[in-house]
Amino acid sequence: MSHHNKDMVDKLKNIMAVDFAVWELSLFLDTHPDERRAIEDHNKYVRLSYQLKNEYESTYGPMRLDSISPYPYKYINSPWPWEIEY
Amino acid sequence: MWYYEKKLQYPANVSRTDLGMAKFLFAQYGGPDSELAAAVRYLTQRYTMPIPQAKALLTDIGTEELAHWEIIGTLIYKLTCGATPEQMRNAGLGDHFAQHDNALYPHDAAGVPFTAAYIASTGDPIADLHEDLAAEQKARTTYEKLITLTNDAGVIAALSFLREREVVHFQRFGEVLMLVQEHYQHKHIFY
Repeated sequence: MSHHNKDMVDKLKNIMAVDFAVWELSLFLDTHPDERRAIEDHNKYVRLSYQLKNEYESTYGPMRLDSISPYPYKYINSPWPWEIEY
Repeated sequence: MWYYEKKLQYPANVSRTDLGMAKFLFAQYGGPDSELAAAVRYLTQRYTMPIPQAKALLTDIGTEELAHWEIIGTLIYKLTCGATPEQMRNAGLGDHFAQHDNALYPHDAAGVPFTAAYIASTGDPIADLHEDLAAEQKARTTYEKLITLTNDAGVIAALSFLREREVVHFQRFGEVLMLVQEHYQHKHIFY
């Protein structure tokens, strides 16, 4: 296991935490589609996730194949998620 | 369709190589109540669900199970990283090494290959959702056993997260089962 930039891992873990909030609220909304407060919370974390990912990707490269790519194509770069010490 | 995102749903750390624990974790990588079985089960059953809430829930929980499969795969990969053939043999993974080297393969803790026979899809939404509720409980108890088999704090943290997700999924499946039952009780006659 290689060692990684602490800033990268901290920012990635922050994204993972925010995305978990989005995910959990989404499952709740699948069975409670009329819960206005949960939709507000969902949208709040979606906006935060979008900001955090834009910032992370501008420094550490695309997280997804449909993210805007710099030259050369950096999506393929290590570390992949199973190679990181969190 | 799906897009991959370069992140895990929850951090998966290990503090040392532990081939014995890796062998046990194959239960959740390719066993009957594994994350793989859960993903294929829900993503297969969703087509014949009668109400929007059930179509959405099976799609989303099925997708989350793939993320859990990735966490289990990461734990096994890290626990076996750099192991020699002799170490694999001494840990009961000699047969795994003979066929797969240090690669992952979807088999259970005893080496039995994954099979679609682990999946039920009856076309009856009430029967399928009961199957799913049972599957979440079987996975929960498997995680509780796996947690007792290790003292590695990183592995315990990841397995505890996965155990909690089984509890949440059970709750959501229970809610959607009630909604499907209400749907069938409602008279579909408008005049």
